[in-house]
This record gives sequence, structure tokens and C-alpha cells, in this order.
Amino acid sequence: MSISRLVRIVQLGLKSLMLHKLRSGLTMLGIVFGVFSVIAMLAIGEGASAQAQKQIVALGATNIIIRSVKPVEGSSTDQNAAGSARYGLTRTDFKRLQKTISTITNAIPVRELPREARYLKKAMNCRLVGCTADYQDVNHLKINKGRFISDADQDTRANVVVLAHEVAMELFPVEEPLGKAIQIDSIFYTVIGVTNERTASAGIGGSLAAQDYNKDLYVPINTFRSRIGDEIFIPKQRGMDSEYLELSQITLTVREAKDVLRTADVVRGTIERFHTQKDFAVVVPLELLKQADQLRQIFNIVLGSIAAISLVVGGIGIMNIMLATVTERTREIGIRRALGAKQRDIIEQFLTETVVLSGTGGFLGIGLGLLTPITFRTIRWFTLNFILDTRPGQLSETSRMFSEMEPAVAIWSLPLAFGISVGIGIIFGLYPARAAARLDPIEALRHV
Amino acid sequence: MKLAARVENVTKTYDLGPALLEQPLGGSKQDLNYAPMNADHGRILVRALRGVSLDFPEGDFVAIMGASGSGKSTLLNLLGGLDRPSTGKYILDGIDVSQMSDAELSHVRNQKLGFIFQSYNLIPQYTVLENIEVPLHYRLGYPAIGPKEQARCLAMAQKVGLGERLDHRPFQLSGGQQQRVAIARALVNDPEIILADEPTGNLDSSTSNEIMEMLKSLNQEGRTIIMVTHEPDIANWARRQIVMRDGVVFKEVLTEEVLARHGGVLSVH
Ligand SMILES: Nc1ncnc2c1ncn2[C@@H]1O[C@H](COP(=O)(O)OP(=O)(O)O)[C@@H](O)[C@H]1O
Ligand SMILES: [Mg+2]
Repeated sequence: MSISRLVRIVQLGLKSLMLHKLRSGLTMLGIVFGVFSVIAMLAIGEGASAQAQKQIVALGATNIIIRSVKPVEGSSTDQNAAGSARYGLTRTDFKRLQKTISTITNAIPVRELPREARYLKKAMNCRLVGCTADYQDVNHLKINKGRFISDADQDTRANVVVLAHEVAMELFPVEEPLGKAIQIDSIFYTVIGVTNERTASAGIGGSLAAQDYNKDLYVPINTFRSRIGDEIFIPKQRGMDSEYLELSQITLTVREAKDVLRTADVVRGTIERFHTQKDFAVVVPLELLKQADQLRQIFNIVLGSIAAISLVVGGIGIMNIMLATVTERTREIGIRRALGAKQRDIIEQFLTETVVLSGTGGFLGIGLGLLTPITFRTIRWFTLNFILDTRPGQLSETSRMFSEMEPAVAIWSLPLAFGISVGIGIIFGLYPARAAARLDPIEALRHV
Repeated sequence: MKLAARVENVTKTYDLGPALLEQPLGGSKQDLNYAPMNADHGRILVRALRGVSLDFPEGDFVAIMGASGSGKSTLLNLLGGLDRPSTGKYILDGIDVSQMSDAELSHVRNQKLGFIFQSYNLIPQYTVLENIEVPLHYRLGYPAIGPKEQARCLAMAQKVGLGERLDHRPFQLSGGQQQRVAIARALVNDPEIILADEPTGNLDSSTSNEIMEMLKSLNQEGRTIIMVTHEPDIANWARRQIVMRDGVVFKEVLTEEVLARHGGVLSVH
């Protein structure tokens, strides 16, 4: 088909559509909203998964995280001489992993405890983290002032502490924290550094709770062991309960991403052999990333399909109007046929009209679709301000995700939605166009 | 003399479906149009044309007359390539077009034939000029409409005396003016034959005469004109008059004979 002919027949289509502006406009709306919802649904799906992925990537794609898990009450726990519950990862586990698995380039032992930190009259509930110098890199912690704990601190079991951003703000609202001594239990630690603010990581399943790094206190793990020890006493209704735990977590870094899954299997096997109870869990961010990606695809397909249904409804609207148009213009069809139009010419004329209709609708739908982020933010603003209770501390994990999520319009969804709308124009336009072309010219000319 | 068109023993039968015996067989229709039931295998068949043979020499001007239902329009539709005969041949400009495909026949209509209808049949949303252009859109290979074609449309509009009303739409024109647009449109692809079905049926007598004047001058340019009418006055503009009756040719006379012998009115019964 020559360009001049295409231009002519598109002009013809536009002209017929402009004849009934309101009708064409209303018919088009079906497609506009159909295309908009396809783009918006995919954008929200992408936004949600992008957020999840960001958090998983923050855990490190080449990392394997092993957490100590307290076995369920009642199951057999090892009891030591003092009768305290003993479970979880041990320093022996750590050394064994570090020495025997060649793909591991870095291993960090971590011990965590909730503890109160005090400075003068101020106090704050924090998470005390015993770790090594590498912890900083692996967890993407940025130093605001001072320094992170070093290997030398480890060797000398120095009483030094690095404060997370929020802790520093709380305990030292005006004073300079560096060089000051804060108190944890009965022991004083000198502040050697303060970290930058860091966004919390996602909670993943039961084995890895969401981590809010902003309430952390970092001390050398050797210092932790000397000053606090492995045995922890927990006040009970009557007397004390104690538990014995050497390491809360071991973070392993694997040399290459392709080795991660195999290494994780070896790690599981290695630890299992020396543990009589299921008191640890292996979290592989890469695995989670793959799962999240699958979930994203399923989400996209489901959301996209739901939106596509509205496009089909729009297509039915177009078909309905085109059938009415064909009846209305029966005589015009007869005239054109008498003047030399072939059946194909009539098909093309009416098909062009529907495609112009659906294509224009698709185009406007893309325009609306591009506004998805703005629309979403407006709706969120209303929801957060007038519907959800958003007083501090009232925000649930879900609504926090909702408030931080950014819908991302996927570029590929634009041509996709446009293509679907044009395709719908063709599919739903074909029947009316063929009906028009098959009219008997003599009958059509007689039509009033 | 060269023939513009020729029909050889043409019939046209409409099949109206299986007969319902209870149903009266169209009291108003003439009985001859309905063949006996047993011969039609239980179907209702309408024999609109029952063997028509006619020659139309180039430059002929023919009026087809006859009572209502005698098959005039059916014949004209066959001549116009809007329909195909049930049996028989239709030879147009030396070529048998009776078995052509839809696309081929459409091309023939576009290039060789021009239509004028009783109810004008202009496209209402188009201007005068756009209506005249329509046949140009369906030419073989769909060539673009350039300055040459636009000049031709303009010339045709001027020829029918509508050079001043190019941008008007059909509803802004009188019946006579609309019929003139239709004539200009019929001429735009320079056809050999012009087919007119009751071209003055909706017009008063003075406007009718204007239109007939125009057809006559087209005939004098050498175009073949075949016109259906039931008005003797209009038929008398033609060179030759053919009277149809019950699907066959009943009479064929020259207008000069009619004017001489019958006091200007040809009996159709
Ligand atoms: N499409 C059709 N279906 C069935 N019968 C038809 C059809 N067209 C015409 N006829 C019948 O054929 C006969 C001739 O019709 P027509 O050619 O229109 O007559 P005229 O134009 O002379 O009045 C009539 O009996 C008419 O009812
Ligand atoms: Mg008739």
C-alpha cells in the first residue's frame, strides 16, 4: 500500500470519526482506560518488586547468611553443666567453614544482643553487635565521623564502640560523641566512630527479621566475648533463665555469584553434620532474588491480564459502535461500491476507522499511563493522611512498604499496551468491516 | 458499427428460499413471474429477467421503459456491473464480464461505467468537490490525487455549472444541483457508458429538462447513455426506446417513429 493511499484512508477514517465526536470520544475512553490500567498495573508491580529487590541486593548477592535459631520450646536442647539452654552457631562452626570451603573469600562472625546504652542521664534501647572490621563493608555501612572497629581493636579486646546514626543523635544531641564513654551494663566503652543513616533491610521469612541498622552499637566481637560472654541471663517470673549462644550470625562472602548456590549447599551440609538439632538457618540472598524475580513475573502476568480484560471490554465497545456505524452508512457503502470500491477497499476503510479509534485511544492511554507515579503519589498521600493511622509507631510493615514504594513505568509496557490496543482495534474491527464489505451493492443502495 | 455493450439471452432469477405453501404467492406480483412450484423444487423463484438480448452501439442513447416490476432496474443493474446474470452473457467493450470476480467487476464499474441515480446518492458528509473525487480513489493501483486530477474535478464541476459551489454539502443544494454533482461524479473517470435509473424521478419538469439537456450533450460527445424511465416525455429525449414486460423485451422502437406514429407517446401495454 502506497504512503499517499495510507494517508488518504487514514484521513478518511478521521473525517468519519470527527463526524460523531462525542460518540467516537466515548468509544475511545474504553481503550484509553484499558491501556492506562495495563501500564499502571505493570508500573505498580515493577515498583513493588524493585523495592523488594533493592532490599535483597543490599544483603549482598554473593553473600550467604547463617543465623542461629532458637529451637522451639520443648524440643530437646543441649544442657550444659549450669543447666542453661545451649544452641546455635559456634566458633568451631565458624572456623570450620572458613577453613574448609575454598570458594569463601570472607567470613564474619556476629553476636547480637538487645542492650541498653547510657550516657549521663540519657538511655536508649539498642542492639549491641559484636563483629569484625569487615562487617562494615559487607553491610554497606558508611562512616560519618571517626572510624569503624579495626583488627587491632580485636586483638587488644579494646573497650571501643561505634554508634549508629540514631543512637548518636539520641545520646549526644549537642555534644561531640567521639572520645566520650558510654555505659552498657556496667562497663564503659569509648566512642570511636558514628555511622551514616542507613535504610532498614527487609525482613525475609522467619529466619531473617527486618534489620534496623540505626539502633546499633558495634563492638569488637572479642571484646563482646570477654565482657559479656556466651551465657546470657534472662529474668523470668521466678528466678533467672539462661541461654548459651556463641554466635548469632555468620556472614560468608563467596568469590563469584555462580558459586553461591553450590557453596550454600556445602555450608548447610557442613553445619548439619555437627548439630543435633535444627538450630540454624541459611539465608541466600541470591536465592531470594531469584524467587523475587519469579514472583515479579507472576505479578506482572496476573496484574497485566486483569488490566487487559478492560482492554477487551473497550474492544467490545468499539465493535458495537462500528456495527451501528456500518448499518448507519449502508447507503454510503453502496455508493462507494457502485463507483468502483472493491470489497477489500470497504474492509480497509472500516478497519482503518477502528484502528484510528483504538490507536488514538492507546496513545492517550499511554499519556495517562505516564502519569501513573503522580496519580499513585496523590492516592497514597490521601490514604496516608486521611485513611491510615500514621502516628509514629503505628505504621505497620506493609504500610511502611506502601509509603516507600515508587511505581516505575516500564518502558516496554508502553509499546506493549499500544500494540494490544491496536490489535484489539483490528480484531474487533474485522467483523464489522467484513459485514460492510459483504453487503450487496444493490441492496445497500436501496437502503434508506 | 462498434458495440459499446451487448447482452445475449440474459436471465436473472432471485431465489427467495423454500416455499411456504400456506403463504399466498404475492398477490400484487404478476403471475408469470412465478413459475409453477414443482418445477422449482419447492423454492420460491422470482424470474426478473427471462431471456433478454440487446445490442447497444457506441454513442447510443436508449430509454428503457415498462411497467413497475417489469425488470427495468434489474437489467440496468446487470448492465452496470452491480450484479451478475443467472445465465447468458454480458459483453462490455468486447469483453465478457458476466463471470468476472468482484474485484475485476469493481474495476470495470470504476473505469468504464458512470452511474446516475434517482435519489442522487451523494455522500452527505462530503463537499461537492469531494463527492466528485470519490471514483478517483478507487482507480487501479490507487495513484495519488495530484494537481491534474484536481483540475479535472474542477472542470467537471464547472461543466455541470457548479463551479461556484465547490465547498457546499449536498443538503445545501437543490435536487437539480445534487443530480448535477452526480453527473460530474459519473464523468470524472471518463466512462464510455452512462447508466441512469430514473434520473429525473425526483425532479420537477423544468429541472428535469435541464438534466436531460445535459445528458443529451454528453451523448453528443460520443458517450453511450442507457436510461431507465417510465415518463414518455423523458424517454423521448433518447434515440431509441425499449419497452420491457414481465422480464422480456416487449418492444423496441426509434423515438422518431414514436413521435411520428403515436402522437409522441409510446404505449407500454
Ligand atoms: N433482490 C431481489 N430479490 C427478489 N426479487 C427481486 C429483487 N430485485 C427485484 N426483484 C423482483 O424482480 C422483478 C423485477 O424488478 P425490477 O427490475 O426492480 O423492476 P422495475 O425496475 O421494472 O420496477 C420484480 O418482481 C421484483 O420484485
Ligand atoms: Mg425500478
